[in-house]
Amino acid sequence: MSEKPATLPTHVGLFATCLVDLTRPQVGFASAKLLQDAGCQVSVPKAQTCCGQPAYNAGDNADARAIATKTIKAFENFDYVVVPSGSCAGMLKHHYPGLFGDDPDMAARARSLAAKTHELTAFLVDVLKVEVTGVAFDGTVTYHDSCSALREMGVKRQPRRLLAGVGGLSLKEAKESETCCGFGGLFCVKYPEISGRMVDAKVDDIVDTGAGTLLSGDLGCLMNMAGRLHRRGIATEVRHIAEVLAGMADGPAIGAAEKKTD
Amino acid sequence: MESTAANFKENALGALGDARLRDALDKLSGGFPENRRKAAERLPEFEALRDQARDIKHHVLENLDHYLEAFEARVVEAGGTVHWCRTAAEARTTILRLCKQAGAKTVTKSKSMIGEEIAINEHLEHHGVEPVETDLGEYIIQLRREPPSHIIAPAIHLSKEQIADTFREKHRDLLADRPLEEPRALLEEARGILREKFVAADVGLTGANMLIAETGSTVLVTNEGNADLTYSLPRVHIVLASLEKIVPTLEDATTILRVLARSATGQEMSVYNTFCTGPKRPGDLDGPEEFHVVLLDNGRTDMLGGEFHDMLRCIRCGACLNHCPIYKSVGGHAYGWVYSGPMGAVLIPNLIGMENAHDLPNASTLCGKCEEVCPVRIPLPRMLRAWRKRQFEAQNTSKAARAGLRFWAFFAGQPWLYRIFANLAVGALHKLSRGRGRFRRMAFLGGWTTLRDLPAPAGKTFISQWHGKKPSESGHE
Repeated sequence: MSEKPATLPTHVGLFATCLVDLTRPQVGFASAKLLQDAGCQVSVPKAQTCCGQPAYNAGDNADARAIATKTIKAFENFDYVVVPSGSCAGMLKHHYPGLFGDDPDMAARARSLAAKTHELTAFLVDVLKVEVTGVAFDGTVTYHDSCSALREMGVKRQPRRLLAGVGGLSLKEAKESETCCGFGGLFCVKYPEISGRMVDAKVDDIVDTGAGTLLSGDLGCLMNMAGRLHRRGIATEVRHIAEVLAGMADGPAIGAAEKKTD
Repeated sequence: MESTAANFKENALGALGDARLRDALDKLSGGFPENRRKAAERLPEFEALRDQARDIKHHVLENLDHYLEAFEARVVEAGGTVHWCRTAAEARTTILRLCKQAGAKTVTKSKSMIGEEIAINEHLEHHGVEPVETDLGEYIIQLRREPPSHIIAPAIHLSKEQIADTFREKHRDLLADRPLEEPRALLEEARGILREKFVAADVGLTGANMLIAETGSTVLVTNEGNADLTYSLPRVHIVLASLEKIVPTLEDATTILRVLARSATGQEMSVYNTFCTGPKRPGDLDGPEEFHVVLLDNGRTDMLGGEFHDMLRCIRCGACLNHCPIYKSVGGHAYGWVYSGPMGAVLIPNLIGMENAHDLPNASTLCGKCEEVCPVRIPLPRMLRAWRKRQFEAQNTSKAARAGLRFWAFFAGQPWLYRIFANLAVGALHKLSRGRGRFRRMAFLGGWTTLRDLPAPAGKTFISQWHGKKPSESGHE
């Protein structure tokens, strides 16, 4: 970090997402490390909470709009907004602007925020154009394409490209990597049996790859799949891709017991 | 038919417990989606054709009155008649009247989803006219008195053993020792019965995949050829179609045919693509003497210009069903009415009322696969959300769900309060997990923990740790 670039560093606002904030802080730290290693200045505004998607997908646009307003105000002054989740990034990028149909000023601010919002791996590859070097992860992994990352944010090759730079890692594609895992936010608690059938199909598909680790870029999907893998007694480890890319995959995997420290 | 869409949850639970249905749905998953993918790959201009198909349908919906009147004028010129029907009841009455005028005892039918929508078979039966379905799948479910479970493969939910049992029960002349193990044998058994029905029918009732304004033609797509025998052998041909089936020209119809079969089954073209224009002309060797088009609205013009306008582009290919992880989990009957899958979840509330189909727009993860494969690029997830918004505004969302959302939204809107409670909650949960990393049970989250463990929080929130650790980098708050 001794070399200072001639221009001001790119200032990134990290929207950690509520699931990362509440359940898995190391995804936030890993995301920040990846961005800092790539030369960005990273800020984590305290005024962030949830992106508002649970309300939005339940048809509660008034609450979604109130939350969106707070998020826009907290993040609009950064050069970029980076989100370690395709789903929450998709909410900021594709759904915020439509929430302000009768408020041209806020709609314009929402569009401006949308224009600089990126999913983490897409930002690293497409905007910063960085490669991963000097990181190792011994083992075979498989990658789940979360629906919003894939279909709203166009994330497919970027995580694979980054994983290709990780020493010792081999990627085994699952046949149904693009099929929904059955999480769907509130869907999984509203329709638990249907969600259960979907995640079971997903777990079978993951097991078929023989990979020891399942990675993805969305914590909601990962918690759903980890939860079912554990319940079925399957030892596949589950992690957010940022943990592996940042070389921070040494702690317990998602839902795994804490390791005893010496 | 009577809708059971209001009982979606119960229907779905029943379906999930049905091992034979699961086998059938597994076969579907392995077939149509893979075939569609290959068909799309073989045709470099497939994506461009989808855009064209979308634009054709979009243009029609913007100018629907013009094309409908042009279509009627061409039908009349060709010697046919168009019957405009606002409601399902009007269409039923019109069809029955035409059958009675023809002195019909039996009516052969080729598969028509609009026929299912208006429950025409029950109506004809009730008035002493025997309807005979001639599409194999539709024939099977007619014998079983079931609704279709898929818009292009109506009997996809059945195994061949179940079909053999149905034939043995319903075909009185079927010899007990006749083998029916192979699909071929089932087909021949049905064909033997249907041949006689084709010849004996007084009226042929078909649907239409498209109506062509330029020529007054109706377009029928099948893989079995049954529609051709249905329309050409009886003295009277009745076409039953909803009004959004219109396309401007023959050229437009061929564009849509090119995406239709590829999206539906992965075929480049369906086996039979039949264009019917008016009754038999002088010098024609065969064809019906009368040609009627029953043009049905049934709520569709109410959708024009509104949030569900784009749904009227649908060409009923079934791709959204074939690719939907919910459909593939519960099958078509769980949706409780004639349509199913994502297109059904958007359309059914429009046709039978939101209050009678509350779960349908909610039972989706909004994964977006349906929109990805839709040949006319209908934004199905956006419309599922539009229904949810209407339900929320009409206070049809459950009290518990509303209270939960308000609670969450209140905290999400007050970051400082959120921080305090978040840290208290994750700290408590972390202690409660005692280092095991997950929970097997959790109050209020039974929906989650019945089938899954719940990963435990790490003990401190990311934001408190970040700002605890790095006060110097906490700018821009």
